[in-house]
Amino acid sequence: MNTNDNSRREFLATGLLAGLALAGCSTKKNPFDELANDVKPSGEMVKLLSVDGEVIEIDKAFLKPVPDLPQVSNEAARMGIAGKKFVMVIDLARCKSLKKCQSACNHMHHIHPGQNWIKVYPMQDAEHTAPYWQPTTCMHCDEPPCVKVCPVDATFKRQDGIVLIDSDRCIGCRFCMAACPYSTRVFNWEEPSLEKEIADKPYSCETSVPQKMGTVGKCDFCPDMARKGELPHCVSACPNGVFLFGDMLEDTVTNGAETFRFSDLIKDKAGYRLMEDLGTKPSFYYLPPVGRNFPFENNEKKEATK
Amino acid sequence: MEQLAKQKIIQDLLPQKFGKQGKIWVAGLIVLCIIGVVAYIRQLSKGLVVTGMRDYVSWGIYISNFVFFVAISLVGSLITAVLRLTNVHWSTPLTRIAEIIAVSAITFASLIIIVDMGRPERFYNLFLHGRLQSPIIWDVIVITTYFFISILLLYFPLLPDLKIMLEVKKGFSKGMLKFYSYLGSFWKHTPGQIKLSEKAIGILAVTIIPVAFSIHTVTSWLFATTYRPGWDSTNFGAYFISGAFLVGAGGVVVAMYVFRSHYNLKEYITYDHFDKMGKVLVMLALLYLYFNVNEFLVPAFKMKKPEEEHLRGLFTGEFAPIFWFAITTSMLVPILILITKKGRRPFPAFIAGVLVVIGSWFKRYIIVTPTLLHPFLPMQDVPANYKHYFPTWEEWAIAIGSLAGALLVITIFARIFPIIPIQETITEKEEHEKALS
Repeated sequence: MNTNDNSRREFLATGLLAGLALAGCSTKKNPFDELANDVKPSGEMVKLLSVDGEVIEIDKAFLKPVPDLPQVSNEAARMGIAGKKFVMVIDLARCKSLKKCQSACNHMHHIHPGQNWIKVYPMQDAEHTAPYWQPTTCMHCDEPPCVKVCPVDATFKRQDGIVLIDSDRCIGCRFCMAACPYSTRVFNWEEPSLEKEIADKPYSCETSVPQKMGTVGKCDFCPDMARKGELPHCVSACPNGVFLFGDMLEDTVTNGAETFRFSDLIKDKAGYRLMEDLGTKPSFYYLPPVGRNFPFENNEKKEATK
Repeated sequence: MEQLAKQKIIQDLLPQKFGKQGKIWVAGLIVLCIIGVVAYIRQLSKGLVVTGMRDYVSWGIYISNFVFFVAISLVGSLITAVLRLTNVHWSTPLTRIAEIIAVSAITFASLIIIVDMGRPERFYNLFLHGRLQSPIIWDVIVITTYFFISILLLYFPLLPDLKIMLEVKKGFSKGMLKFYSYLGSFWKHTPGQIKLSEKAIGILAVTIIPVAFSIHTVTSWLFATTYRPGWDSTNFGAYFISGAFLVGAGGVVVAMYVFRSHYNLKEYITYDHFDKMGKVLVMLALLYLYFNVNEFLVPAFKMKKPEEEHLRGLFTGEFAPIFWFAITTSMLVPILILITKKGRRPFPAFIAGVLVVIGSWFKRYIIVTPTLLHPFLPMQDVPANYKHYFPTWEEWAIAIGSLAGALLVITIFARIFPIIPIQETITEKEEHEKALS
């Protein structure tokens, strides 16, 4: 993720420089940057890295947090990111059900306590086969059954392959929940308990925040992070590198630490998709639990039997 | 002589004021409706969290109640259209009963589906952003069409009766007469009008059959277009329609008995009607049984893995008591009662009708809920109460309130309008006498 880190640094530094430039050249009150006009130097200096790689020093008072990328419009969110086809690969050999993915996802999307967009299933394919952990979330199918049945286009498929929900349009009929064979969709049965700051935000399909009462929610593949050139929260939260996210057109997937050629990975490790026979064509691949990093220990079951 | 007979028919069939029993009945229904409304207000303010539904069982008794209402409404088309077009005359006195059941049931089907919505205030999105590939949009289209055709099929045959009541005048309040003349003062019963009306009814009777088939087929597709075991079936359309005709005919038999005994209509709804409707019920129950055999025994023979858990749950597991109760009360017992000549007398036929209706309500529950508790992936990472479903008092109150509301509409209709078509009865009698002489 070196390239991404650079681009973020660049972005920060440009923002800062632009702010400085505005502060320096304007004698009149600048309508675009009221803050810079009223700043009085504090005398405390901080070192920063400029775009050219030089270390520069500026007064701390001129530092100002760069706002997050502005939210894209509903139209843009429905279109998706051009020239991308997002894909996720799960390496089952690496999962020991730490559920860090789940807690990061729940935290970042402010999901109602008890509900999860990512579920980690203890699976056993047949009586004598070895059990394994299977993290599951929205498959972002290319033939999404949920999108087919939605009567109001509240859940939709984008050009980059992501399936999203417009909670401002959803009528809460829950047909999509019945249609999804992967049981991935959750419903906001009551008013979500959100901090006022979050609850007052305008809803964005790309962040799926804030969740709204009487509407459906599910994994969104974090397209807001993709726009920033960053990985979905579950991917970066997993300490074992189970989740590999990437772009099928670039033919690469990464968990942040390692990057693979997607087609090779799927070929060499015999990747597969869930319920292929249903014809839903998921964008979500699994690598079989071969050559495992961890033994399978189902502590939940032990605790339950105690 | 003829004039006298006509006067008697009119006097017998005019709407009657509620007696003491009638008043208690209406009051009871109103109370149930109010409790339902109170429960719905609670649901509106707190959200669907007041129901027993959760992420796995995301459709509960609201949806099974909706399917029940759509099913029972199909009887309008059976009695008024199918029997009419096949030149069956004995069903004439039953047409209005069937049609008001249809109108009232389809109205409450629409209401209960709005109750089930998470965001009912966004209902307009169906028109603003409706997408034609969704079976819900098909349902909205066909149910609306069915509603309007049913209203017209109720209204056109009512016109001559409105004229009769406007002529009688006696016993009607001023407000009611005003209402009648608002509805039908233009009807002069001229040969031209009669011809036009008959033509219109003929066209409607033909149109309502495909529309009626559509409403229930589309309703079955809400389930059959998904992948879930128990719903993923090509049998579903026919299975639903046969079940719908059964419950509707059962409902008509119940209504026949109640109107007959309370409005003293023994000369108009005769033993012969119960005998014939009893035979119709037996035939429909056998038909529905046939589709049930197809629906359950074929997958049970194969026991595919995803189906297995679902079927075992129905046959011997968690849902076995309701499953067998529904099969027995909606089909087996009514067949046993109605197959004998004695069983087709009014009272036993009434009991059989009641069993059919109750059994069918639970049958709809069995179709909707157990499937949702048997998803492809195991139920995981959810609170314990997500893995079971039992309706809360709010759900019961709303469901019962909607049933009471449907009965209230039928009751009030019978208070305002003659429940047996007067003019048609007179015409039939005249034609009958003409044929005899």
